Amino acid sequence: MRSTMKIAVPVLTAAFALSACGTTGGGTTAAPAASGGGSAACDLKIGMFGALTGPNANLGIYIQNGVNLALDDYNAKHPTCKVGLENYDSQGDPTQAPGLAKKAIDDKKVVGIVGPAFSGESKAADPLFNEAGLVTITPSATNPALADNGWKTFFRVLGNDATQGPAAAKYIKDTLKSTKPFVMDDASEYGKGLADIVRKDLGSAVVGNDTIQQKQTDFSASVTKVKASGADTLFFGGYSPEAAPLIKQLRDAGWKGTFVVADGVKDQSYIDNAKAAAEGTIITCPCVPADVAPDFQKAYKAKYNSDPNTYSGEGYDAATILLDGIAAGKDRATMVDFVKSYDKKGVTKQLKFDAKGESADIKVYAYKVEGGNIVSVGEIK
Amino acid sequence: MQYLIDNFFALTITGVTLGAVYALVALGYTLVYGVLRLINFAHSEVFMFGTFAALWVVMLLGGKGGASVGQVVFWVAMMFLAAMAMSGLIAILLERVAYRPLRKRHAPPLIALISAIGASFVLSETMGLRGKIAVWVGLDTTLAPYVGNARNNAGMPEIITPQPVFTIRDYAVTNVDIFVIIGAVAIMVLLDQFVKRSRLGRGIRAVAQDPESAALMGVNRDRVIQVTFLVGGVMAGAAAVFYMLKIGITRYDAGFILGVKAFTAAVLGGIGNLRGALLGGFVLGLAENYGSALVGTQWKDVVAFLLLVVILLFRPTGLLGESLGKARA
Repeated sequence: MRSTMKIAVPVLTAAFALSACGTTGGGTTAAPAASGGGSAACDLKIGMFGALTGPNANLGIYIQNGVNLALDDYNAKHPTCKVGLENYDSQGDPTQAPGLAKKAIDDKKVVGIVGPAFSGESKAADPLFNEAGLVTITPSATNPALADNGWKTFFRVLGNDATQGPAAAKYIKDTLKSTKPFVMDDASEYGKGLADIVRKDLGSAVVGNDTIQQKQTDFSASVTKVKASGADTLFFGGYSPEAAPLIKQLRDAGWKGTFVVADGVKDQSYIDNAKAAAEGTIITCPCVPADVAPDFQKAYKAKYNSDPNTYSGEGYDAATILLDGIAAGKDRATMVDFVKSYDKKGVTKQLKFDAKGESADIKVYAYKVEGGNIVSVGEIK
Repeated sequence: MQYLIDNFFALTITGVTLGAVYALVALGYTLVYGVLRLINFAHSEVFMFGTFAALWVVMLLGGKGGASVGQVVFWVAMMFLAAMAMSGLIAILLERVAYRPLRKRHAPPLIALISAIGASFVLSETMGLRGKIAVWVGLDTTLAPYVGNARNNAGMPEIITPQPVFTIRDYAVTNVDIFVIIGAVAIMVLLDQFVKRSRLGRGIRAVAQDPESAALMGVNRDRVIQVTFLVGGVMAGAAAVFYMLKIGITRYDAGFILGVKAFTAAVLGGIGNLRGALLGGFVLGLAENYGSALVGTQWKDVVAFLLLVVILLFRPTGLLGESLGKARA
């Protein structure tokens, strides 16, 4: 009996997945899907977990925009059986994350979570989701160690820092041809993890290291260190609220090197605040440039009147996976296996996960701040 | 150690610049403590409102880099005017709303402390939610550049482009550094003279020394307290201008860390003592920079607070001793 179950579940999953594909392609064939879903309740919700207010809110809102777009697509095709969105606004704060996770778990209508958006809050909330069997697909948390916890419910639709870090190091070495890189981090789960990989990859070339604190605004001691080291490139692992004043103070002090940062800084507020000092900043990101998925870019622009931003596409993809699961009649308990065996082309990449929940298809891109805009300068290969 | 020696001047000058801002904010804590024996924990928000006033007035006037000297002077003057007015106003409001009603009912000091912390949250969140408040009054589109992204950093156009003026060893001292240090010291001297020589200053000292006798001698205590808050607020406003010129980025919670530091500076120098607050500010700014040079940037707060503990162990009333009244009498 047990062995037949083992075979039956994936087969059924596949069957449902196929029926889901059929309906999403058709549009007018919504009715069979509803009957195919059978017992699927019509008041299901997906959760959006991340910073929607607070200093890092932009990153959360970019994701949320993508999620909302996916929901619009779905609800337009399933007008009789709409899916709702529940927001869990963590402000990116790991101390708030467990409470919000409990709230999401207690709401039985929530069948899957897009998020948690940041690595620190993921570390705090994911053990609870794992225990409750509530699936999470993060569109943006990139700390590599997250996948090593054996959480059955953990998935991410982008590359982690173990791919972004080496890519950043490679860019610093090969493209910028830096001989004197300096590496700095903000002591966060994300920033330190990323900076440590860059430190390791650059090896003995690194001329100096420093750690700042989140919410710090005066960086004079660090500026002195960078200048004294004679660095030609500075890699900073951290987020935009610190990156903006840091580069501004470095430029004010007359430092002329190249500033290299990662996805945590890829946000318009960095440029708005650092202004001219932001020019020339190199940003690495495992997120696709808007022009890679033109249809998505067009739909996004129509709704939000701006180009898709950091992780909007990833948010769209993560939500689409969950919505396909709902269309296939999955509930909270069966969603995990559905996501595990998912294999379809999304707007950012082929959506498929390995045994640890990592994305199977990963690309890292380099961006540059030019004339007050973040422009893509191609994939880092 | 070698690093500290090599970069001694860079660390010293940036430390003094930062210390000047600490010192100006510390004055607010110390002044209020002097007359009320109370820590005004909402003073950090008074400073934060000042930073926004300075930012907004520059945005309003269309400030940008590369302007003529006359224009820059005008902008900076307007920044001082706006920030000092805003901070002074908030400080007076604070006294009226959060402290005076309690004082009238002879509430114990602990209650005033809680009231101060509450007021601090209210002020900080008001700034953090200014976008929503603008929506309520229907001004969100008109005021979009001022209230949009309320919880994010808000950056200021760089109206003074930092340029090296002269070089000490390896460190190029910029025009902004010089302006901040000289400006802050000038304002401190002004305040010192105000408290020492003016009639209102005498009133402040009298209330600090002995509130009851002062009342018997015809000093209007409520008025003196209000003036004290106003002066503290104006100093915080000046600090906000220097902060915006040097750092250039503020946020609804920017006051918190700076407030803690300034409070530390006030205690370090001897709370209630004006010159103590100034000394404490500079010592703290320097200690942070030297500390981070010696043991690493992430330890700078540890070093600064260790210094505070050690100094208080040997001089429990701070470097220059307590009491506004005594030090000035």
